[in-house]
Amino acid sequence: MTITDIPRAPEAPEAPPAAVRKSPARKRLVPYWLLLPGILWLLVFFALPMVYQASTSVQTGTLEQGFRVTWHFATYWDAFAEYWPQFVRSLVYAGTATALCLLLGYPLAYLIAFKAGRWRNLLLVLVIAPFFTSFLIRTLAWKTILADGGAVVGALDALHVLDVTNWLGWTQGDRVLATPMAVVCGLTYNFLPFMILPLYTSLERIDGRLHEAAKDLYASPATTFRKVTFPLSMPGVVSGTLLTFIPASGDYVNAELLGSTDTKMVGNVIQSQFLRVLDYPTAAALSFILMAIVLIMVTVYIRRAGTEDLV
Amino acid sequence: MRLLRKNLVVIAGLLTLAYMILPNVVVMVFSFNDPAGRFNYAWREFSTDAWRDPCGVADLCGSLALSLQIAAWATLGATALGTMIAFALVRYRFRARGAINSLIFLPMAMPEVVMAASLLTLFLNMGVELGFWTVLIAHIMFCLSFVVTAVKARVMSMDPRLEEAARDLYAGPVQTFLRVTLPIAAPGIAAGALLAFALSFDDFIITNFNAGSTVTFPMFVWGSAQRGTPVQINVIGTAMFVIAVLVVVAGQVAAGRRKRTDVS
Repeated sequence: MTITDIPRAPEAPEAPPAAVRKSPARKRLVPYWLLLPGILWLLVFFALPMVYQASTSVQTGTLEQGFRVTWHFATYWDAFAEYWPQFVRSLVYAGTATALCLLLGYPLAYLIAFKAGRWRNLLLVLVIAPFFTSFLIRTLAWKTILADGGAVVGALDALHVLDVTNWLGWTQGDRVLATPMAVVCGLTYNFLPFMILPLYTSLERIDGRLHEAAKDLYASPATTFRKVTFPLSMPGVVSGTLLTFIPASGDYVNAELLGSTDTKMVGNVIQSQFLRVLDYPTAAALSFILMAIVLIMVTVYIRRAGTEDLV
Repeated sequence: MRLLRKNLVVIAGLLTLAYMILPNVVVMVFSFNDPAGRFNYAWREFSTDAWRDPCGVADLCGSLALSLQIAAWATLGATALGTMIAFALVRYRFRARGAINSLIFLPMAMPEVVMAASLLTLFLNMGVELGFWTVLIAHIMFCLSFVVTAVKARVMSMDPRLEEAARDLYAGPVQTFLRVTLPIAAPGIAAGALLAFALSFDDFIITNFNAGSTVTFPMFVWGSAQRGTPVQINVIGTAMFVIAVLVVVAGQVAAGRRKRTDVS
């Protein structure tokens, strides 16, 4: 997966004797025929909808009389003015979840890549295994795990973790469910595999002899990690954070199932405006703003990180 | 204490793994629950009722069948279209390569809710009735890019000399493709197809926007989170998990055995 065309395709195989009979003009058309159906599908059902979404966002009207394009750009301003807290919340929750995923995922990826030995395949299967149960069912399981008065909440309370999170505003009283912490916990859980797999891929490629070389040059394990391992795993860090942050920023499942009305993210607003309130222009404008924010952030981030490979 | 410090990475990694596995364990355990009310969130007592009657809830197995059906068609469509694109990208030169690469990359770099919402505006403006077909169209659309990525990786690592050898041995283009190219590319295509199936089967957000009144399995679970969660949901979740793990283990064992016979 690349942003631009990075992988250099191997030279097209030289024209074989058998294919010479075909006219060169016909042969030149082959790639276009191969591309046509799939690209057409993406153009009609991915690119064209973006145009319709832009058009819908500047329409006005009512559900009964229909909507018409009136170039009413004020919808954007109104939508942002009304729902900016949800935008900020989405970015903060997604950012926190991404940081937590990196923090939790890196040791596991490192463990699988360097220390697992013959357990490596088993551990990899265990990382992917949760996927085999529908993610909605697994997210609902967090309702049980974080239930009021349950073992987890009791333990956090006994360790005085809740005092700290209450002070930070992440939890309320002796509840974890229906607080920002529950939502971030759910987001982190749901997107962890998307962080671990790219991290593992880039760690696994590192030549073990580099570690030996660092050791020979009297680098401590910490220095080896800081100067050798971590920089070499940057492609994995970049693609892992993107694969976590992008879906998390638009998610509304965790906020809906584990949160409360005070933890609604922008995805929740888009969903309810589109499917319940049926205010299509506002919903389209919100979706457009979210897309713009994410694309700008991703572009800047990739430039900064200086890598073009996503996976 | 020294032992603890030395194995810090191992301990941290295993804790993360526990965090990832815990919900699956809860789903499994609670498939044997006999909940007090409509919601299956608190443990009451052990029961195998739900396992003995997995389809005992209205519409549950219907939604499961529909999800499997949509996933099968979406896999077929996305794999066919995606494989063709992947071959074109690796094997041929053509115009507008950069634009085509972006078109394939963008669906993966876009929050799902944005794709879902924009596709809905298309269907609304066109007056298309939402249902099975709109869901299938959407699923093929978002699975396509993932198939292209998976197949492309495999085709890129293929040795073009194998195909040249086939041609030197007077194999026609069709024969070369069927007997050399396709078998070598098969693992990539299979990986892409598996990914497409998993993505489609478990998709919620795009389906939620474009399904109308059609209820897939994830939609059923979502609805039940509001109305009351039957234990049967956990039964099906557990069963899928066990079947998938068995398939993976069987595949590993088969691959291991093949490797061993290759060596000897």
